[in-house]
Amino acid sequence: MPVTYIDAIHQAMQELLEEDPRVFLMGEDIAGTFGGAFKATKGLEAQFPGRVINTPISEDAIVGFGIGAALGGMKPILEMQFADFGLLGLNQMGNNAGAHYYRTGVPINLTLRMPCGGTPGGGPFHSQSLEALFAHFPGLHVFTPATVADAYYMLKQAVQIPDPVVFMEHKFLYRWLKADTWHDPQPLPVGKARIARAGEHATVIAFSAMVPEALKAADLLASASGYHIEVVDLRSVKPMDTDTILASVARTGRMLVVSEDFPWGGVASEVVARVAAEGLHLLDAPPLRLTSKDTPIPSHADLWKAHRPHSNDIADAVRYLISL
Amino acid sequence: MKEAALKAYKAMVMARAFDTKTSALYKAGKILGGVFLGRGHEAIAACEAVFLRKGHDVYSPFIREQAGRCAWGDSVLESARTYFGSVEGCMHGRDGNVHWGKPLEGTTAPISHLGAMAAVIGGMVLAKRMQGITDAVGVTCYGDGTTSVGAFHEACNMIAVLKLPVIIVVSNNQYAYSTPNTQEFACDLLDRGRGYGLTSHACDGTDFLQTLETMHSAVTAARRGEGPQWVVATTLRMCGHGEHDDASYIPETLKAAYADRDPLAVARRQLIECGWLTEDTDAALNRECTDEVQRSVAQAQKEATPNPATEDWQATSWRPFR
Ligand SMILES: Cc1ncc(C[n+]2csc(CCOP(=O)(O)OP(=O)(O)O)c2C)c(N)n1
Ligand SMILES: [Mg+2]
Repeated sequence: MPVTYIDAIHQAMQELLEEDPRVFLMGEDIAGTFGGAFKATKGLEAQFPGRVINTPISEDAIVGFGIGAALGGMKPILEMQFADFGLLGLNQMGNNAGAHYYRTGVPINLTLRMPCGGTPGGGPFHSQSLEALFAHFPGLHVFTPATVADAYYMLKQAVQIPDPVVFMEHKFLYRWLKADTWHDPQPLPVGKARIARAGEHATVIAFSAMVPEALKAADLLASASGYHIEVVDLRSVKPMDTDTILASVARTGRMLVVSEDFPWGGVASEVVARVAAEGLHLLDAPPLRLTSKDTPIPSHADLWKAHRPHSNDIADAVRYLISL
Repeated sequence: MKEAALKAYKAMVMARAFDTKTSALYKAGKILGGVFLGRGHEAIAACEAVFLRKGHDVYSPFIREQAGRCAWGDSVLESARTYFGSVEGCMHGRDGNVHWGKPLEGTTAPISHLGAMAAVIGGMVLAKRMQGITDAVGVTCYGDGTTSVGAFHEACNMIAVLKLPVIIVVSNNQYAYSTPNTQEFACDLLDRGRGYGLTSHACDGTDFLQTLETMHSAVTAARRGEGPQWVVATTLRMCGHGEHDDASYIPETLKAAYADRDPLAVARRQLIECGWLTEDTDAALNRECTDEVQRSVAQAQKEATPNPATEDWQATSWRPFR
C-alpha cells in the first residue's frame, strides 16, 4: 500500500516518541481522537499518554514553553496549526530559541512543525510559505522536505539535532505525494541537496512542493523539446548546500530558481545572490527566479493557480533561460 | 523564618551595594549600554527567590532582580562580568547588562522582549513534571507594564490551564518606563491574576516582613500542589528606569510618599525590632557586602574581554556534514 507524505510524518513522530522518552508533542487540537487539523498526530496520545499535549491558541507561549522544556532536558515537537500562525511564534523562535546557543552556549532542542504552502481555496492566511522569514534569524535550521522519504528522515534528524529546527511540511504534499515506502536505503544527511534529476541544458533549483512541479516541467521539456533539465532539491534552505548548487551550475551554465514564497528577499534571492557572488563565471546566462506573485495569496482556485509557479510556467521560464 | 529573613536581607544589602557601584561606574562612563537598578525592589526580589532551591527549582529574574539573584545563590561577580563583557562570565560579552542566566542551573537568560520568559519558565516546570519531579516550582517575575504584553498573557493563561507550580510575581512599581499604570491597564492587577484563574496574593513590597510572608505562602502553596500563584507586590521605582533616566515624570508627591519606605531601611528596622539583627551585625554585614562588590567589580574589570578575531561566530551547535 502506498504511503503519503503525512503518513511519513506521523510515522516519524511515532518512532521518535517510542525511541526517546524526552520527546513529546505540543500544539493546538493535536491530542485525543482528533489528532490535529491535518491528523498528523492521530492516535498518538492513546499510545503515549501524557506526551501529546493540547494547548490554548497561544503560538508565542507554545514556542516559549518548548524552549523551557528543552532547557529542562526534553525534546519538544511543536505543531503550529498553519505556518501562517507561526508568525505569532516568530519572536520566540528567532529572538529566544535562535539566539540562545550563541548567547549562552546551551542549544535549544526543539522542532517547530509548520504546515505551509498553498492548496486550492486556502486563501491569504492558510497558504504562506515563510521559510525565508525564519531562516533570516541566526541559530535556526529550516528544513523543506519534498519527498515522502525526506519527510520521514528529516523529521527524525530534526529532533536529533540539538538546535531549534523549523520543519516546513507542505500541505499540498500531505496526501497528494505518495511513495511505496518512506524507507530510503541511503538517506542523505541534512545539509546536502539532492540531484532529483540529472540533466545538462539548465539547472532548476527548487524545494518543497516546487520540486514535483520542476520534475513535471523537466518531463514536459524532455518530451516536447528534447531539453534535459537538472533539478536540484535543496531539502533544507538553511543550511543551504551551495556546493551542490554551484556544481550543478558548473555542469549546465544556466540556472532558474523556483520558489512558492513571495519574491521579496526570499530563498530564491538568496540562491541567486550566492551563485552570482561565488559562481558568476560559471553562468552563460543571467540567473533567473520564478516565485509566487508579490500579492497576498488569492483564495479562488483559478487565481491561486495563476499566483504560484506551475510546471508550465517553469517550462516556459527554462525555455526563455536557454534562449538567452 | 529567621534564617530566610536574614538570608534575604543579606541579598538586599549586597544588591544595594552592587547597584550603588554600577551606577557610579555608569556615570563615570565605565559601563556601556545601560545600567538598571533595583532600588525600591530589593524586598520583592530577595523574598521571591529566597525560598527557592538552586538545582531543584527554576527562576526567571527580571530587570530589577539583583537581590533575587543573590538570594538564589549567584554571586555579584557574575553580574559584574556581564556588565563588563568579561569572557569568564556566562554570556562571554555576547549579551550584556541584566541579560544573563545559567539555564542548566535553573535560571533563564532573559531576552529583552518583555514577557517572553514567562512561557519559558512554564516549559521548564512542565519538563520537571514530565520527569516525575512534582515538588519543584518556578518563579517568574515581571513589572506592572509587562502584564500588558501579549506574550505574558499567553504564558499566564497556559500556566493556569496546565496547573503548573509557577509563582508569577508582578513587581508593581507603578510605572513602565515613563508610563503610569493608568495608561497601561484599566483594571486592578490582582483581578488580572484572578482572571487567569490563579490564586492571587497582594503585599506591600516595601514592607519586608509582609513581603517575606506573602512569598513564603505563595511558594509553599505551589510546592504543595495547589497550582500556580499570582503575587502583586507594590513599591515605587526609587531610581530612573535606567541610569540614563532621571525619572522626572514621577510626581514629587509620590516620591515623597515613599521617602521613608526604602525597603532596605524598613527591613533593617524590622529585623532589629525582631532581635534578629543588631547595629553591629548590620555594620559588619554592610562591610562584608561592600568589600565583596568592590572585589568582584575589580576582578571583572581586569578579566579579558572577547576577541573578535578568535570569536566562534557560530549561532548553532550542530554544523552540516560536507
Ligand atoms: C516587548 C517589549 N517592548 C518594549 C520594550 C522596552 N522596554 C524595556 S523595559 C520597559 C518598561 C517595563 O515596565 P515594567 O514591566 O513595569 O517594569 P519596570 O521597568 O517598571 O520594572 C519597556 C517599555 C521591551 N524591552 N520589550
Ligand atoms: Mg513597572
